[in-house]
Amino acid sequence: MAQETTTRPPAPADARGGGFGGTGRYLAGRLASAAASLLAVIVSAFFLFRVLPGDPVRAMTHGRAVSREQLEALRAEYGLDQPLWRQFADYLFGMLSGDFGTSYQYRVPVTELIAQRLAPTLLLVGTATLIAAALGLWLGTRAAWYRGGVGDRVNTGVALTLWSVPTFWLGLLLIVVFASGAGPLPSGLFPTGGMISPQAPDGIGAALDVLHHMVLPVTTFVAVVYAQYLMVMRSSLLDEMGSDYLVTARAKGLRDDLVRRRHAVRNALLPTVTLIFVNLGQVVAGTILVETVFSWPGLGSLFYEALGVPDLPMVQAMFVFFSASVILMNLIADLLYPLLDPRVGR
Amino acid sequence: MSGQAPAPVPTDVAWARRRRALAAFWRDYRANPAGLYGLAALLLFGLVALTAPLYLGPQQLSVIHADGPVLAPPSWEYPLGTDNFGRSMLDLLIWGSRMSLAVGLLATFVSVALGALVGIVAGHFGGWSATVMMRITDWFLVLPNLVLAIALATVLSRSVATVVLAIGLTAWPTTARLVRAQTLAVEARPYIERARALGGGHAHIMVRHVLPNVMPLVLAQTTLLVATSIVAESTLAFLGLGDPTVVSWGGTLQQARAAGAVSSGVWWYLVPPGLAIAAVALSFTLCGRAIENVLNPRLREAR
Repeated sequence: MAQETTTRPPAPADARGGGFGGTGRYLAGRLASAAASLLAVIVSAFFLFRVLPGDPVRAMTHGRAVSREQLEALRAEYGLDQPLWRQFADYLFGMLSGDFGTSYQYRVPVTELIAQRLAPTLLLVGTATLIAAALGLWLGTRAAWYRGGVGDRVNTGVALTLWSVPTFWLGLLLIVVFASGAGPLPSGLFPTGGMISPQAPDGIGAALDVLHHMVLPVTTFVAVVYAQYLMVMRSSLLDEMGSDYLVTARAKGLRDDLVRRRHAVRNALLPTVTLIFVNLGQVVAGTILVETVFSWPGLGSLFYEALGVPDLPMVQAMFVFFSASVILMNLIADLLYPLLDPRVGR
Repeated sequence: MSGQAPAPVPTDVAWARRRRALAAFWRDYRANPAGLYGLAALLLFGLVALTAPLYLGPQQLSVIHADGPVLAPPSWEYPLGTDNFGRSMLDLLIWGSRMSLAVGLLATFVSVALGALVGIVAGHFGGWSATVMMRITDWFLVLPNLVLAIALATVLSRSVATVVLAIGLTAWPTTARLVRAQTLAVEARPYIERARALGGGHAHIMVRHVLPNVMPLVLAQTTLLVATSIVAESTLAFLGLGDPTVVSWGGTLQQARAAGAVSSGVWWYLVPPGLAIAAVALSFTLCGRAIENVLNPRLREAR
C-alpha cells in the first residue's frame, strides 16, 4: 500500500538552492545518492547470499556421486576455496567492471544469461506498464472528477479489489478459464505459457504468435498494476480540486473539459508520474510472479529457477540487477522532477 | 487529542477524554459503509480462525489420515470439494485462515514496531544519527520488496518465523518515514516544550507525549499494511518459501499448482484460497481507508 506513503517531495533541502548552481547541486546530490545506494546494494548482496543454506558445489553436481577431488577442483574453479575477504574483493571488482560471475547451473557468464532474458521481460513489462499507466491515469481522472458518482464508486471498488488479489492467483485463474478448457470456453483459446510455440512460422506469423502468448500475462500484469495508478491519480486530482486556480479557470468561462485537462490534470500528474517511477519495485515483483506463472522466458522466471538450485552467482546478480533498475528509475524520476515542476531544484 | 486543562483527578479526566475520543471516532467511522463491511468481514474471519481448533484437528488436515475421495468436485458432503490427498477444501480453507491472519498480523507488528522505533528516535534526536537512520530507511525503500523478502526467506531456514521476519523487515521503511514526519510535527508543539521545561527526559517525551500522538496515524497505515502482508505471505508460500508442514492459503495454492490443478481445470482447488486471500486483504484495506478518512480531515473534506 505504498501509494499514500511514498509521496516524498524530492530533496526539500535543495529546493531553495539559490540562483547560481542550484540545479547543478541538486543533480549532483541525486547522482551521488543513487551511486551510494547502488554500492550498498552490491555490498549487501554479497553478504546476504553468502549465508545461503546448502553447499553450492553439491547443488552444481545435482547429487551425482562425485569424488572429493572433483569437488575440490570445482571449488577452486569458482573461487570458493578462497578466504571470505578475498572472495569479496574479487566479487566487488568483478561487479564494478561488469563481470557478474559465472552461473553454477548453466556454466556461462551471468551477464550473458541476463542479456538473453532481458528482451522478453522488457517486452512484457513495457507493454503492460504502458497500458496500465494509460488506463490508470484515465480512469483515475474520471473517478476523481465525478467523485461520489456511480463511475467513481465502481472504479474505486474494482481497483481496490484487484489490488487485494494476489498477482499469481489471478494468473492461475486466467489460465484455468481461458487456456485449460475448464468451464464454458474451449481449451487452448490462449496458450498456457511460454512466449512462442515451437511450430510458429517466421516473420509476421511469429510476431502474431508472440502477441497471442502475451495476452494473458499482460492482462494479469495490467490488472494488478493499474489499480495503483488509478488510486494515486484519483487522490492527487482530489487534492487539486479544492484549489482556487480552478475557480479562476471556471470564472474565465472555460468549459469543464478544458478546466480538467489544462489545469487540474496537469498539476495532478506531477506526483503521479513520480510515483509511477518510484513504485517500480512493485513492477519487479509483478515480473517475477507473472513470468513464473506463465513460464515466460524472462528475467523473473530466471530468478525463480535460480532460487531453486540455488544458483548463487545468478541470484546475487539478479538481486543487484533488479535493485539497480529500481534505483535507476528513482534517479530518472528525481531528474525529471525539476523539469516537470519548476519549483524544485531551482 | 492535544492536552487539555489539568483537573483535580488527572486519571479520571484522561479516561473520560479517551472515552469521548473513542466515541467520536466510532461515530465518524460508522459513517463509512465500506469500512463497516470490512470490519464485519474481519470479525467473521477472526471468529472462524479462533474457533477452528474446536472442530478441526490433525484427523481432517493430515495428508495421511484424510479419507475423502481424491479431487472430488463440490458435493453435499464436501461443500468445496477435496484436494489431491482427499482432504476437504473447506477444512483447509478454515485452517488456512489461522496462518494467513497470524502471519499478516505478526509481520505487520514487526514492521510497525521497527518503523515506529526508528521514526520516533530519528525524529526526536535529529542530527547526524537521524540522517544516517533515514539514509538506511531510504535505501530499504528503494529495494524491491518482494526480491528482498524472497532473498531473506531463502537465506533463513523454512519456518513461520522466517516468513514473518522476511515480510516485517521489508515493510518497515514506509512506517518509519510516516512516523518521523509526524514526530517532527508533534515535537514542534508547545506542550513538548512544557514537558521538557518540567524536566522530562528523552524517554519520557518520546513514550508519553510523542508516541500517543503518532499512534492514530500509524493505525491507519498498520491496517493497510496487514493487507499487503497477507498477500505477501501467500506469495512467499506460493513460491515455495513458506513452511511446507503448515496449512496456509498460499501453500494450498502452491500444492494445487504442483498437483496440476491449473492445466486440468480443477477450479475448486484454486478458487477458494485465492478468494479468501483477496477477501481478507480487501477487508483490511477498506478498514484502513475508513480509519484514514476519520483521522485525516483533508480526505474527509475532499469526499
